[in-house]
Amino acid sequence: MIDEIDHQLVALLQQGLPLVSRPYTVIAEKLKLTEDEVLVRVALLKQRGVIKRLGVIVNHRRLGYRANAMVVFDVSDILIKQIAEHVSQFSFVNLCYQRPRQGEPWPYNLYCMIHGKDRQKVLLQLEYLKESCGLKQCASEVLFSKQCFKQRGALYQRSSDKEKSVING
Amino acid sequence: MLSPLHKQLLNDFQQNMPLSATPYQDIARVLGVTEDEVLLVFQELQDKQFIARIGSVIAPNSIAVSSLMAMSVPPEKLQKTAAIVNQYPEVNHNYERENRFNLWFVLIAKDDQSLQEVIADIELKTGYNTLYLPLIADYFINLGFEIDFND
Repeated sequence: MIDEIDHQLVALLQQGLPLVSRPYTVIAEKLKLTEDEVLVRVALLKQRGVIKRLGVIVNHRRLGYRANAMVVFDVSDILIKQIAEHVSQFSFVNLCYQRPRQGEPWPYNLYCMIHGKDRQKVLLQLEYLKESCGLKQCASEVLFSKQCFKQRGALYQRSSDKEKSVING
Repeated sequence: MLSPLHKQLLNDFQQNMPLSATPYQDIARVLGVTEDEVLLVFQELQDKQFIARIGSVIAPNSIAVSSLMAMSVPPEKLQKTAAIVNQYPEVNHNYERENRFNLWFVLIAKDDQSLQEVIADIELKTGYNTLYLPLIADYFINLGFEIDFND
């Protein structure tokens, strides 16, 4: 369903769409396809949900969003879907994931991200979120980010073209 | 500092980038400016690193496998350990967070076996165990990021 050319196409899209009038011709040339063929493939990848979104990807930190909190909760496995869907509806929540608990050292199964400009404001938003979603009794931790050691678009590389697609290191 | 056009280009096309042969021309038409202006401002936003890129966000685990990883590293060893982790091309994000688990990174590999091999190698080279926290479900629907330019 996803062939080798799709993999190469995704690797190129991850590097960013060229800033020229006909950006897909640049990609088409690299893949030895026509512009139309590339557009059809991109549309299909979007339709299948492989490409979650295509567009401008902003740099939060550069835009002043430095209070970046990952919040983890230990919530009931039965209620998690319901709770997570509620959490996702708040405009200040940027991501919401379920991940496996890892025993006593890390008993959390629900993760959400709040990007803010001000730490106090983020903490107030979190309190509001906890209250609104019935999370006040759940064990939770707030992890603000400090140093960024690496941040780039995910590399989707086949082992064969590792060198070719390394970008934005 | 940012003009209305800069702000619109930052905010309005995170999700709804036109999928056509001429996306920048389409954007220009929507905003009532020229294509050259759109290209110029996007270039400037990229040069100043307000935009990481104009490109795709791939659904987790759709064409590769990935996982969030966490490590608990003594503060004095953090820089060195982060540098070792950064050397792996499989690592995309790598952050320090304020917690006893203070190093958080995302790994991506072509299949589960490769992923587990990289994890084993990272644990060996750094000398620290990892928490393996792969995605089970993604509940987030409202994609993109609404920028508040007011403060």
